[in-house]
Amino acid sequence: MNVLEVKDLRVKVENKMILNGVSFDLKSGESHVLFGPNGSGKTTLISAIIGLPSYEVLSGKIFFMGNDITAKSVEERSKMGIAVSFQNPPEITGVKLADLLKLCLGKTPKEDFGGEEESLIEAFKLTDFLNRDTNVGFSGGERKRSEILQLIFLKPKLLLLDEPDSGVDVESLKLITNEIQRYVENSGSSALVITHKGDILDYVKAKYGCVLLDGTIHCFSNPKRIYENIKREGYEGCIKCEERTTERW
Amino acid sequence: MANKDELTSIPHKILEEAYKAGVSSEKERAGTFFHIDQATIYSKVNEVFKGKIELMDIKDALQKYSWLNEYMWKAVPRDQDEFTRKVAESFSGGYFMRILPDAEITFPLQACLMITQKNLEQRVHNVIIAEEESKAHIITSCLQHSTVENAAHLGISEIYVKKGASLNFTMVHQWKEKTIVRPRSATMIEDKGTFVSNYICLKPVRDVQMYPIAYCNGEDSKVSFNSILYGHKNSLLDIGSKAILNGKGSKAEMISRAITREGSKIIVRGLIEGNGPECKGHLECKGLIINDESFIQSIPELVARKKGVEITHEAAVGKISEKEIVYLMTRRLSRDQAVSLIIRGFMDVSIMGLPESLNSEISRIIEIAART
Repeated sequence: MNVLEVKDLRVKVENKMILNGVSFDLKSGESHVLFGPNGSGKTTLISAIIGLPSYEVLSGKIFFMGNDITAKSVEERSKMGIAVSFQNPPEITGVKLADLLKLCLGKTPKEDFGGEEESLIEAFKLTDFLNRDTNVGFSGGERKRSEILQLIFLKPKLLLLDEPDSGVDVESLKLITNEIQRYVENSGSSALVITHKGDILDYVKAKYGCVLLDGTIHCFSNPKRIYENIKREGYEGCIKCEERTTERW
Repeated sequence: MANKDELTSIPHKILEEAYKAGVSSEKERAGTFFHIDQATIYSKVNEVFKGKIELMDIKDALQKYSWLNEYMWKAVPRDQDEFTRKVAESFSGGYFMRILPDAEITFPLQACLMITQKNLEQRVHNVIIAEEESKAHIITSCLQHSTVENAAHLGISEIYVKKGASLNFTMVHQWKEKTIVRPRSATMIEDKGTFVSNYICLKPVRDVQMYPIAYCNGEDSKVSFNSILYGHKNSLLDIGSKAILNGKGSKAEMISRAITREGSKIIVRGLIEGNGPECKGHLECKGLIINDESFIQSIPELVARKKGVEITHEAAVGKISEKEIVYLMTRRLSRDQAVSLIIRGFMDVSIMGLPESLNSEISRIIEIAART
């Protein structure tokens, strides 16, 4: 079954056309990687899937578990089981990380974390941040750890990960990506991962990769192969190579 | 004045009102003071804290201590304005608190000034003396009986922080929509003394205007003014704080958080004046405006009179960040839940630098106040 189906999606941001006919499917229990140069619209695609209001869908459809969600609000989509980890999450003064994590778990701020939850917080090295305002004064890596932990606590069916590996040290990268893989495997959920680096592919078992360029998706293929090609030929060269699967995902 | 021994001697209805406003049973308190309308009806220091603090009606204190006259109208000028003049003319009492030298009081004291009569103009004069090397946290709550209309509260507070003393003074105002409130307070801080003033106003009020001053006269003396202001139901809050840094190396910090909605107006003023060498100050004001009928103005003023002075400010007023709201909505919150979480967070009391026990105390009071 397809968790996600994106059909001929055209998206405008601040009067600028960013996505010009993007189509792909994501099957249940599979993870895919989205490559693309800076400014190619990767974040826009993820933002349109979660439904951020400043991303205007001009045409096309988004289906989640068979339901048309194109007109649904962010809140509705997140409640249906889509969750996103942001590349640059905002600082929220006064909202403690502990409270936000509890909200993700569906708990009230007065409830305590469970033992397993506490171990996970500890493993993510976020125990000392629980009483701090969310993202305020957090380093890049700390933000990423906090984002991924929130995501896991939300127990989504579809994970949208916007560069979970940027600004993260080697040790944290291993931790974050192992936990993502563990969650995806155990829950049978699906992930769409944006990345610029190949390292993440050592941990997250992605079946396919693709390249977003000029507002559309090119080259559905093995993600490691794509990454090697990008390293060798650059994005333009990678697209021309035609060593790709002929069918879409 | 009827100085009774038990809190239960206070009329039931009044006590109920006080509990609602966050006053709790006195077991947890260092001391309790009730001034209702024009009379002090209760003042008591918890046994555990005897020998550390004195608490009594100011009129009794003036009879007991002739030296107290030296502290009356020394920080606040008698003829500052029409309100100080009125209180100088006649006042019904007020509290006298004296934290004894070297005493440490880590529990809150509660002073409850209450109005139960219609059209009453309550006039009080409070004096607090933090003696040398003492350390205290005080929470005072001013409130009003729910049936009362058209009342006014004129309160003079003169606070003296002696050498090496540290006083953390938190005031929670819970007046009614038709009350006019004019506190006039000033603090004198000696060498290495620290004064932290926390002001919280969450309930609708007709009109509060105050501009407390702290004089950092002593070397390395410090003052912090923190305020959390929530203007709703057409309230007018004109709240300022002034720090006059006279002592060498004295410091001031001002932090305010203001939210305005439902036709309310908030003016946040702040003045830091560096007169002494090597003075430092920082002023921060953040304001949220929720709807178009409301108004918020931030007026920071920085003055330097010595070349070593360093005073800075940052201010931001405007709407709640859409990015923050949407972020929280991706965590399964509705828009309304996200907005209220941000607002509650915005009024987070941790800016006040209180110990954890008092943080939860203030949070509890805010929670109660926010309910109505």
